[in-house]
Amino acid sequence: MDLDPVVLARLQFAFTVSFHIIFPSFTIGLSAFIATLELLWIKTDRDVFHRLSRFWTKIFAVSFAMGVVSGIVLSYQFGTNWSRFSEVTGSVIGPLIGFEVLTAFFLEATFLGVMLFGWNRVPRWLHVLACVMVAVGTAMSAFWILSANSWMQTPTGYEMRDGLAYPLDWIEIIFNPSFLHRLPHMLLAAYLTTSLVVLAVGARYLLAGKFTEEARVMMQMAIGMLAIVAPIQAYVGDAHGLNTAKYQPAKIAAIEAHWDGSKPAPLVLFAWPDEKAEKNLFEISIPRGASLMITHSLDGLFPGLKDFAPNDRPPVIGPFFGFRAMVGIGVLMILFGWVGAFLLYKRKLYESRWYLYPAHLAWPLGFLAILSGWIVTEQGRQPWVAYNILRTADAISPVSAGAVAFTLILFVIVYGIIFSMGIYYINRLIVKGPGGSAIAPSGNDTPSRPIAAAHEAGREAIASGS
Amino acid sequence: MEWYLPVIWSLIIAVAVVMYVVLDGFDLGIGILFPFAKQERARDQMMNTVAPFWDGNETWLVLGGGGLWVAFPKAYAVVMPALYLPIIIMLLALVFRGVAFEFRWVALSSRRWWNLAFSGGSTLAAFCQGVVLGGLVQGINVQNGQFAGGTFDWATPFAFLCGISVVCGYALLGSTWLIMKTDGAVAIQARKTALLLLPVVLGFMALVSLWTPLAFDRIAQRWFVMPNIFYLAPVPVVTAAVAYLVWRGLKGTAEYAPFFGCIALFVLGFLGLGISTFPYLVPPSLTVWQTAAAAPSQVLMLFGVIFLLPVVLGYIVFVYWLFRGKVREGEGYH
Repeated sequence: MDLDPVVLARLQFAFTVSFHIIFPSFTIGLSAFIATLELLWIKTDRDVFHRLSRFWTKIFAVSFAMGVVSGIVLSYQFGTNWSRFSEVTGSVIGPLIGFEVLTAFFLEATFLGVMLFGWNRVPRWLHVLACVMVAVGTAMSAFWILSANSWMQTPTGYEMRDGLAYPLDWIEIIFNPSFLHRLPHMLLAAYLTTSLVVLAVGARYLLAGKFTEEARVMMQMAIGMLAIVAPIQAYVGDAHGLNTAKYQPAKIAAIEAHWDGSKPAPLVLFAWPDEKAEKNLFEISIPRGASLMITHSLDGLFPGLKDFAPNDRPPVIGPFFGFRAMVGIGVLMILFGWVGAFLLYKRKLYESRWYLYPAHLAWPLGFLAILSGWIVTEQGRQPWVAYNILRTADAISPVSAGAVAFTLILFVIVYGIIFSMGIYYINRLIVKGPGGSAIAPSGNDTPSRPIAAAHEAGREAIASGS
Repeated sequence: MEWYLPVIWSLIIAVAVVMYVVLDGFDLGIGILFPFAKQERARDQMMNTVAPFWDGNETWLVLGGGGLWVAFPKAYAVVMPALYLPIIIMLLALVFRGVAFEFRWVALSSRRWWNLAFSGGSTLAAFCQGVVLGGLVQGINVQNGQFAGGTFDWATPFAFLCGISVVCGYALLGSTWLIMKTDGAVAIQARKTALLLLPVVLGFMALVSLWTPLAFDRIAQRWFVMPNIFYLAPVPVVTAAVAYLVWRGLKGTAEYAPFFGCIALFVLGFLGLGISTFPYLVPPSLTVWQTAAAAPSQVLMLFGVIFLLPVVLGYIVFVYWLFRGKVREGEGYH
């Protein structure tokens, strides 16, 4: 069998980075949520905030561990699998990653110890501070990594010397044209993703009739976030799209499955883009819709895929469907937020099973939206790894295809085990619920509820098919 | 400046790697010693001594790897593909042992599997780190600035020797950490283990020290020519003195001296390897100057390090201080 080393390296990176992004996007939001809970606890002295904070901290610990270990892998994979990329862009992107380590990784990793293990060791305010530090650290981490990613999409502030990118202006490099769109888009996505998980857990407890006090607080906070942040995200996403139209027109053409740039573009609701025949099959579309959205004019023109040479075009299927999945989920988030807020206002939320039932299943939606969004932006960047600087095919390491295939299989097996066990344990923590102790043998914190109640909740949760 | 910058950066990376080796060394060492603990309670106690720190410790690995990329992208682009398999397997091993910290507390019936993941992952990661070190010291086949060797070039008896040495070294470091951080049966056992491991580790250090000049002419040239031999002689002499102090501390009742003595042994061993290879970052062909990043990148990052690393060190010290004192049986931070 003839293995293509470029395809294998891409598969491996796609797999490991997709796996990784799930955890930071959850922990960025969750650390902010926990810090908020702790601040509320200090301010109001209501024990429910304390119980919730301890409960989510346990889930945070499990998710964070998975995020850390899968992140370390990535920092080495640039070199192991993409050594040409590391060499060509190292002088520009390297420092951004370096600053991520210095300003974010150490901050979050060090204060994580206090956050997880400091409950009985440090005064309350210091514990709150540790939680805030972890939340700040995760957001700082996002700042640098998205700056690096955005530079790969819209590189500025450099020139090529002897085939290598040479930095000229760091401000232009860090604040490259797509960065200030991508950063808020990703951070809001992380906060929304966490809100949906919190919403789902709250709904699950309400459906089971357990931990109702905690569940109500969770639902209120999550709905508040969704109702306000989800529409903001729609606006930020739209602005990001316009920015992409300006700097990466081929990506927009792929997202819209727009082939012929000489005519106003329809808004394609559904189609099967056929990359060989250069047209859409089974297309259902609104005439001139995409032109209106991107150029804000019914007669507006923007480049179609045929305006680019075939070897300069990104794949169409991934960006096209990824974008639709992302936007669809975004609409669902707004719905969850607004309908929930309306029910809260009408004081009917906690009895409205027709809302609680879909809500308790909604936890994966944010993750799916994030993965879809990344597929859109990363596949849409192809065939470049660093836009107009280095092609993906020229970026790989001089490593045998066999070695890449072998490690890819190892990654799939190891991550498969870790991921399924991680989800299983997180579910176990959720089943146990706030107030119970997650640590059975050493359990030196007294559970404030009988364990039996948690077990019962667990059985019901399992019986209800979640 | 163009001459100094890469030298400064090679020192920074050396410091990051030493920090990593020492800090993650003792917590990987706990994992290596895990199977030899007699009771589950002892394992709980052992793990609790490192639980608040492991994540911060492992961050130095990212700084080491990331730093290499920042400051010497051409070396990073050669070393990583050349040592592809040991590096990836090390990372996967770290994945297993890292999640074991959290999973083990939540797992009920599958706990012993996570014990296995923790000890197996720690041991394999340590072994691979030794192989990576050996693979680097023995030299990498480079042509036109690119890695030009095969998938298994690193797999030599010397690299495997380094792998086993690092496993034993980390186990020693871990056992002296336990002497310092625990009480009761675990501490007594750790002292016995350390006494067994110290001669083994010293033996491996001697073996590597003899092997490298015999097998690699460039290393012999560094150590055994006039006047280097006089300047460099203190390295082995001091190593022997420190080893004696560790031995005496272990025989007596010292609780801190063995751990800090072992750190000194690691630093000295690393210094020896540094002397053997500098200024080559990728022996035997690429120097720190040939692989350096663009000067503005090294300067920017240098400012970052100068201002941020002290802050980082400050809060790391704070956390170690916060979790100071011994972890007793049945006592945990969870």
